[in-house]
Amino acid sequence: MVPLWAYLFLSAFLFAVGVVGVATRRNALVIFMSIELMLNAVNLSFVAFARFLHSLDGQVFVFFVMTVAAAEVAVGLAIIIAIFRNAETVNVDEVHLLKG
Amino acid sequence: MEWVLFLIFALVAAGAGVGMVLQRSPIYSALCLILALFAQAGLYVLLGAELIAFVHIFVYAGAIMVLFLFVIMLLDLRPEDRSPVRSNPVGVSVGLILAGLLLAELALGVGPHIALGPRGAYDFETVRAVGNTQAVGRILFREYLIPFELTSVILLAAMVGAMVLAKRKLE
Repeated sequence: MVPLWAYLFLSAFLFAVGVVGVATRRNALVIFMSIELMLNAVNLSFVAFARFLHSLDGQVFVFFVMTVAAAEVAVGLAIIIAIFRNAETVNVDEVHLLKG
Repeated sequence: MEWVLFLIFALVAAGAGVGMVLQRSPIYSALCLILALFAQAGLYVLLGAELIAFVHIFVYAGAIMVLFLFVIMLLDLRPEDRSPVRSNPVGVSVGLILAGLLLAELALGVGPHIALGPRGAYDFETVRAVGNTQAVGRILFREYLIPFELTSVILLAAMVGAMVLAKRKLE
């Protein structure tokens, strides 16, 4: 069967891709999607550890992560819509209202 | 057989994840992410977490990504005019350094010779005999009952917050 480290390496790779997305992209929506990718990478680790440690707690945790991710997306997209209404852009380089 | 399926799902997930970052159009990014999420659901099935796999598809592909696509189309976004990766070498190097660190830590710390801690009571055959959904549900509604109820507060707060934020004007 596929060993644990294979899942952990895939999870680390997906997390790193998400970090690159957050650091390089300028579109707030794509940054948000990269955050989702990172959350999912962590979920994959949770499920893999649950399987190999003979425990279901990891799977329950994935439920909670999904709930928080859903709440985060709802609020975050509402914030992005509000920003777009005020600034007419979702480019994070052009949104600097707090800079003074 | 399991290795073949794992490699297929892992390559699709990794490739779609990279594609999401490289695509200039946000719509294509969203579609790549949906592909990555489906591949990940396949990995959950391989790990024997069928309930998680289907909840994952329902919640992510069914709800979250539809919300994303809806907002992208609502806002009528243009593709970025420059390649996102070439225009930002600092971000790329930060990500690559982090990726190298994570993979090095994994290779040194857990690697193929990982020593796992004490095992729990739910090995693969036990869970299969009861059924994955029943086993997870039993834990969720017994040991994790209070956190589970608290998530409803989070969802309620998110619902109210999203409506207030997205509203044009507060009376």
